Amino acid sequence: MDTQIFDMANIDIAWCPGCGNFPILKILKQAVAELGIEPINLVLVSGIGQAAKIPHYFKTNVFNGLHGRALPPATAIKAANPALTVIAESGDGDMYGEGGNHFLHTIRRNPDITNIVHNNMVYGLTKGQASPTSQKGFKTPVQVNGVFLEPFNPLAVAIALDASFVARCFAGDAEQTKEIIKNAIKHKGYALVDIFQPCVSFNKLNTYQWFKENTYYLEDHDPLDRQRAFEKAIQTDELPLGIFYINPEKPSFEENIGTYQEKQTPLYRREPDLQKLCNLVDKFKILI
Amino acid sequence: MRNDLSIVLCGQAGQGIQTVEYLLTRIFKLAGYNVFATKEYMSRIRGGTNSTEIRISSGFVRASVSRIDILIPLNQGAVQHVEKRISPQTIILVDKETITDDFDQTRHKFIDVPFTKTASEIGNKIYSNVVAVGTIAGLFGIGLQTASEYVKQFFSAKSDDVVQKNLAAAKEGFNLGAGLVNSSKIKFDIRNDADVKNQILLSGTEAVALGAIAGGCNFISAYPMSPSTGVLVFLARQAKDFGIIAEQAEDEIAAMNMAIGAWYAGARAMVTTSGGGFALMTEGLSLAGMLESPIVIHLAQRPGPATGLPTRTEQADLELALYAGHGEFPRIILTPGNIEDAFYLTQKAFNLADRYQIPVFILTDQYFMDSYYNTACLDLSDINIEKHIIKTDVDYKRYKLTANGISPRGIPGFGEGLVVVDSDEHDEAGHITEDLDLRVEMVDKRLKKLELLKDETIPPELSGPDDYKNLVVCWGSTYNIVREAVKNLGRDDIAFLHFRQVYPLPNETSIYLQKAQRTIIVENNATSQFAKLIKLHTGIDIKEKILKYNGLSFYVEELTEKLNDLLN
Repeated sequence: MDTQIFDMANIDIAWCPGCGNFPILKILKQAVAELGIEPINLVLVSGIGQAAKIPHYFKTNVFNGLHGRALPPATAIKAANPALTVIAESGDGDMYGEGGNHFLHTIRRNPDITNIVHNNMVYGLTKGQASPTSQKGFKTPVQVNGVFLEPFNPLAVAIALDASFVARCFAGDAEQTKEIIKNAIKHKGYALVDIFQPCVSFNKLNTYQWFKENTYYLEDHDPLDRQRAFEKAIQTDELPLGIFYINPEKPSFEENIGTYQEKQTPLYRREPDLQKLCNLVDKFKILI
Repeated sequence: MRNDLSIVLCGQAGQGIQTVEYLLTRIFKLAGYNVFATKEYMSRIRGGTNSTEIRISSGFVRASVSRIDILIPLNQGAVQHVEKRISPQTIILVDKETITDDFDQTRHKFIDVPFTKTASEIGNKIYSNVVAVGTIAGLFGIGLQTASEYVKQFFSAKSDDVVQKNLAAAKEGFNLGAGLVNSSKIKFDIRNDADVKNQILLSGTEAVALGAIAGGCNFISAYPMSPSTGVLVFLARQAKDFGIIAEQAEDEIAAMNMAIGAWYAGARAMVTTSGGGFALMTEGLSLAGMLESPIVIHLAQRPGPATGLPTRTEQADLELALYAGHGEFPRIILTPGNIEDAFYLTQKAFNLADRYQIPVFILTDQYFMDSYYNTACLDLSDINIEKHIIKTDVDYKRYKLTANGISPRGIPGFGEGLVVVDSDEHDEAGHITEDLDLRVEMVDKRLKKLELLKDETIPPELSGPDDYKNLVVCWGSTYNIVREAVKNLGRDDIAFLHFRQVYPLPNETSIYLQKAQRTIIVENNATSQFAKLIKLHTGIDIKEKILKYNGLSFYVEELTEKLNDLLN
C-alpha cells in the first residue's frame, strides 16, 4: 500500500523544524502501509502534547482525547470493535506522567493495542520542564538545580508487569524503528514501543548525536527471557534498543471479557435481547 | 389494629440482618402483602449497628417511616441505636438470653422470644435468624407453607441437612409467632392484596441497571464506590446474557474516558459513581462536551464534602452535576422519584444521549438505591432503542455545521469515511484549529442543542387538586415520602410538584409556581440547591424550605409535621 494514502492535504504542522516527531510520523505511515491496514480500519488515539498532535497529520480515524488519557479510550475502542487496529500514541509526559496510572493498568489489562510513546525526556509544548524520563541533573526553568527525581523506567515497569510486548527504538533509525513498530502492531495484546526522540528546542542534552552515542541494539537476545529482558531494561550506562520482551501466551483483554467468544460482531451491530430482559424482569416477581 | 406496620431489624454488620430482610420481604411479597424496605448502615463490614426497616401494608407502601411497630434487636445496643424511633406502642421482640441490655421495662414493651435457644435446640444458634423470620411469619399468619417453601428455595444450594435445619428453624419460629398471637400479646390486621402477586419487587439499584439494559447499554466502566456500585455489580452479573462489557477501571478518570471511547466506536456506554468519583470524572465530562460524545452517567449521591458519610444519603450533588466540567456545553439531568422512573428514565437516557450527543445524568442517592418495594411489572412493549449512528461516506465530516447543531454521528469502521474527534477546538472534519471565527461557530453549534433540549423536557408531575393554594416542590428520591406526607395532611388546598427532570428546567415550572399562594421546597441538602436552580431560571424565589442533611432521608412523619408547622 502506498503511504500517501495516509497523507493529509494542506496542513500546517505545528512541530519545530528538525523535531524528532517528523521521522516518527513518516515511519508510522510506512509501517501501517506495509502491513496493508486501510485508513478506515485504523484508529489513532492520542492525548495532549507535541507528540499527541500526530493524528492530525495522519489521514485516518482519530480520537485525540485528554492529556494522559489516551489508553482508556484506546482500550474501549478496541473492545467495542476488535476489527479496528488501534494505536495509542503520545509523549513521555502524557503517557508516563499524567497518564501513569492508566499505563500501569492498561498493561495489566492487555488490550490488543499498540502504545507508541515519543520519549524526548522533556516537556515540549509547555516549554522545557522536566518530564518523568528526564535524566538526573537535567536543568530546566523549573528544575533550576537540575532534576533529582529518579527517571521513570517505562521498560522495566512494563516487564515487571509482564507486559506482552516491550520494545524501544530511536527515531533517528527509520528502518529498525519501522520493523519494531510493525511487529508491535502485529503482536496480539498490549505492545509498548518507547521511541527515543530528540527535542531540538528544549533538550540540548539528549540530542541526535547523544542518542547515537549512547544506544546500541540488542543482539543474540531472546525476547522470551523475561529476566534477561529486565536486566537489559535497567541498564543505564548504555541504552539498549530493540524488542526486549514478548509474552506470546497472554490472552488479550478482548478475549478475556468473553464478549466475542461466540461471535465477532462489534457492539454497534448488536441488539439487546428484549425477550431475555422480560424473563429477567419476571424473576423479580419472586415466584416459587 | 393497624393495617400498616413498620418492622425494624437492628444489629451488627455481618450478623445476618441482610438475610432476614431478604427472606422476610420476599415471603411477605409471596404472601401478597405490599412491602417496602430500606436500610441505614455504617461504613464497615463487621460490627457497628445497622438497621433495616420493612413496612408492610394492605395498600401501597413506598416510603420510610420513623415509627417502629415491631423491633427485633439482634445485638447489645441495638435498642439504643433506634431509641428515638421507639414509642410505648413499639413491640420489642427480644431474645433476653443473648441481649442483656438493662432494659427499662416501664418505658418499653418487651416480649422475650427465645430465638437462640430455639435455634440451639435445632442444632446451632446460627439458625436464630431463620427462627426470627419464622416468628414474624407466624405473627402475620402467613401460611407456614409459603414461608417454608421460600426458605427451602433460598437455601437450595446448601446441603440437605442445612435445608432441613433451616426449615425446622422456620417452623419453630412460626410456632413462636403464632403462640404470641394466640395468647393475644400481639394482633395485626394486614390484608393481602391480590395485585401484589404479579408485581415485581425491585430496588432503585436494580431499576437503574435494568433500565440500562433496556436502553441498549453494552459497556459499563466504573470504579466501585458506595452507593453506586450495585449497578456495576448487576450489569457484570448479566454481562454474559446480554453481551455487556463490564469493566472495573483503575480509577474514575479511566472509567469515564473508557466509556467515551466506547461510544466513539459504536457502543452504548455508561458510568456509575458517587460524588467523589464523579469529581474525578469531570475532566472526562468536559471531553464528552467537546467531542459531542453521548455518555450516560449514573451519579448516586452520598453526603460530602470529600469522603463525607460514605454509606448515607443526600441530595447535595445537583450543583456538581449541573456545573461539572470546564467550558460550556449542554447536558440533561434526570432525577427518578420512584422505581418505575428509574427504569424508564435510565432507558431513555441512552436514547437522549445518542440523539443529542451529550452527557445525560441519572441522579439518584443512597436512600433511593437501597430502597425497594413491590410495583407493577415493567412494561417493555414500548421500549425503543434509538440508534443514531450513520454509515459514513468518503467525504464524512464528524462536526458538519447543521441548522440544529446536531452533526450526524459516524463511527470508525462503518462506512467509507474517517471519524476524527478532538478535545481541542476543531474544524468540521474534527481536526485541531485556532481559527477564532470557526471557534465561535462551533461553540454556537454545541449550545444550539440546549434549545432543542428545552423543548423536550419531561414535565414535572403535579399531584393533588388543580386549584391548590399551597404547593410543595421536590425532586428525585423524596417523591414517595412527600407524597405520603402530603396525603397525611388531609388538606384539599395542597398539591405537590415532583421533578424527574431538573435540567434543563421544564418550561411548565413557572406556571405551576405562579399559581401557588405559598410554595415550600423539600430537599435532602443544606443549601436548597434546586431552589437556587429554579430561581436562576424562573426568577421565582422559593423562601420556605424544609431541608435535611444529617445523612438520612426524611421520615414520612417528620416531613408531615414540618409541613403542618409551616402551614398552620
